[in-house]
Amino acid sequence: MKSLSEIETTAKRASKAAGFSWGEAEEIGKCIRQLEMFGLPGIKHLNYYFNDKKKNTYENLSSINQLNSSSNPYCPIILGISFLDQLKTVENYEKIYISNIAYPIIFISFLSKSSEIIGKKINVKIDEKEILLNLNVNIYSNFLNVEFPKNSKNLEINFIENKDNFNENEWKSLYKLSENTFVEETDSLKKGAAGAGLTDND
Amino acid sequence: MKVQLRDPNTIMKLSRLGSFHQSKLSFLRSFLNEFKDWEYKRDLFDLDKFGHGEAVYSFKKNKRTYSLVCFANKIKDDERSDRVIATKWDAAFTLHDGVPSQKDIDRLKNEVPRQEVGRLSFKELTLSRANKSVRVFNHVVDRLSQGKQPDLELLSNVGYLYRTTAVYGSGKFGLADRFRIKNREEINGPFRLEMMLVYLVRQFTFDQVNHVAHHKNPSKSVVLDRKICKNLGIGNSTGLGMAPFIVNHPTLLNNWVMSREIALKKIREIKIVKKKDSDLFIDCLKKSLTNITSWNTDSEYQQIKIKNLLKDIKKFIHFVDNDFDFEDKYPFNQIYLWLEEKACEECIEYVVSIMMEPFNEITNPLVSQMSSEEDKYFTIPTNRTVKDLINIIEKKYSNILKINFEKKQNKQNFWFISKNKEEPRLADRFEEGGSELEQPLAIARDVKKLHKKLLDTKNNSNVAEFLSKNSELRHIVRRVFIVEKFPYSEIQDNTIGKNIMPIDMLRLKLSFFGALKFDPRSDKWLRICMFQGAPLPDELKNYDEQWVYRSSN
Repeated sequence: MKSLSEIETTAKRASKAAGFSWGEAEEIGKCIRQLEMFGLPGIKHLNYYFNDKKKNTYENLSSINQLNSSSNPYCPIILGISFLDQLKTVENYEKIYISNIAYPIIFISFLSKSSEIIGKKINVKIDEKEILLNLNVNIYSNFLNVEFPKNSKNLEINFIENKDNFNENEWKSLYKLSENTFVEETDSLKKGAAGAGLTDND
Repeated sequence: MKVQLRDPNTIMKLSRLGSFHQSKLSFLRSFLNEFKDWEYKRDLFDLDKFGHGEAVYSFKKNKRTYSLVCFANKIKDDERSDRVIATKWDAAFTLHDGVPSQKDIDRLKNEVPRQEVGRLSFKELTLSRANKSVRVFNHVVDRLSQGKQPDLELLSNVGYLYRTTAVYGSGKFGLADRFRIKNREEINGPFRLEMMLVYLVRQFTFDQVNHVAHHKNPSKSVVLDRKICKNLGIGNSTGLGMAPFIVNHPTLLNNWVMSREIALKKIREIKIVKKKDSDLFIDCLKKSLTNITSWNTDSEYQQIKIKNLLKDIKKFIHFVDNDFDFEDKYPFNQIYLWLEEKACEECIEYVVSIMMEPFNEITNPLVSQMSSEEDKYFTIPTNRTVKDLINIIEKKYSNILKINFEKKQNKQNFWFISKNKEEPRLADRFEEGGSELEQPLAIARDVKKLHKKLLDTKNNSNVAEFLSKNSELRHIVRRVFIVEKFPYSEIQDNTIGKNIMPIDMLRLKLSFFGALKFDPRSDKWLRICMFQGAPLPDELKNYDEQWVYRSSN
């Protein structure tokens, strides 16, 4: 089994060899490491992309808007790095739509990092499938046992405001149960508790 | 009185970093301190009469065990090489996490002796190999088998029976990634498991030499005297592999140097020094003269440094004995100021290290601050402005900006990774091919390039906009924001100039390891000795903390 350190170093060096700058290659190394740690096919798709990159033309999207589309597929790496760099701006958009991204799983890894940086979960829809990026702690998706696509026609990004995953009744019900671990205080216990015997107006 | 931390523009110059010495903060000393109350055991020792076979040594505490698994092999003299191109070694080692099963040992037997071409698993933490100093090893075997102890002068000249030629950790060749073990309290310090491996290897070398001598002449042989064992360490040959490490781990480098600087500052700020503390300082200082006089090297470069060190240390001892009163206020500050004025860099840093000896209360808390969560500082704050970046560069890299990289001699060299061994190398840009594959280690040159580019950019534009047009400078933008927070994270020197001494970079790292007796064999590699004078494993529970200065070699 390859260690994550080997994965990061090799992905970084390969990315430099594939034409990215050292600074970009460092970002790619970290992201592929993270994908592999989550059990997602980072190395596999990076390989696919670098092989295809020799034959095909990819679009570099360096300024991200709410709606982004291109006839040539977007490079998932430049898109991911631009997204990270412009996070303070793009997080103000309610939703972001990007059509035609090559190897979107690579872009997902940058979005996962973005989720950690802004402290919000991010929901991503790739065509019919959904992925929940949870502060770069885990990635939840219904892609399980399904091959990740080599191209996404439509990708939708939705920043999720921090809120509870449960309703108030569910919380109250559980809290009430937890109260069964508390002991009712008698008057004599109350008299000896912290602050007892003092006047608060002294 | 408040003393300022020393200026990174002085301390982070290569000549100063290349004058650093081991101290209480060094990793091998903090390793011994951490593991002193662990249970040490030799679990397996299955060698043939020539000393070939397997052995296992362990440290255990509560439910945690670390086991060194050793494989000693027969190799021909012409196969023995300290260079990284070697493929066979006298012995190979791995530190296993837990107690290895027979199945583990069988697996490791096929992988560990092959080193870089073998595969380890997440159950292994570090990997190493070592070669005998054949001359010393054979001499010791001969003498012990005749019932005599070895020639101390020969041992003193070399200082070890074996020298390691590489110690790997942190995910290399399938070893466990650091994140798997980083929350363990006992390894809350850099390179602690690498130090454990080397320390246990040292014990293996004593056991092996005794074993071979015994089988050579069972009726007459004696074991190597414990005092002699203590004065032997483990040698190490180190090449350029270490140099990029300190450039590639800026926050870690900062935390090492910062700990040293904080210790010095606090010691200088002590108003009244207790007599027992000043006595300990003077005792270590005077006894340490043996370390200098027994420091052998053929390197003219190092010989001059040692000569100057000895001259200045003697001058300093004379000053302390005759013209100085430890009852004065802030005595260590006075000492430091005297050194700055009168002593060479090698001597200044030598005495700074010794100053720490009496002050556990200052150094112990710093030991746990010498690791780094590097990923925390990886993200570039792209909402900052170009003006911010310019300000940081002009403040933090003022000396670097004075270097003229148009001049050939200032960009003479380039760093690359060798295809044959995947190891870092340095070559002449104008003589050798391959500079188009240069590694991003020319920080000074790239900072200067970034600064020039920034001056041509609108001050109020943000870093994200700048990077979208200048992605080739992304790695250096990241570093500039790191150095803003971590003042000692950057070597304030040119790492590609004609006159660079790469061994200064190696020496910096090795001093933090706790190495002694740096012996440069060229400007690109050196030999050192580790754990010479250190307590033996069965003495750890109650050992002399100042063993470094009280060694007889």
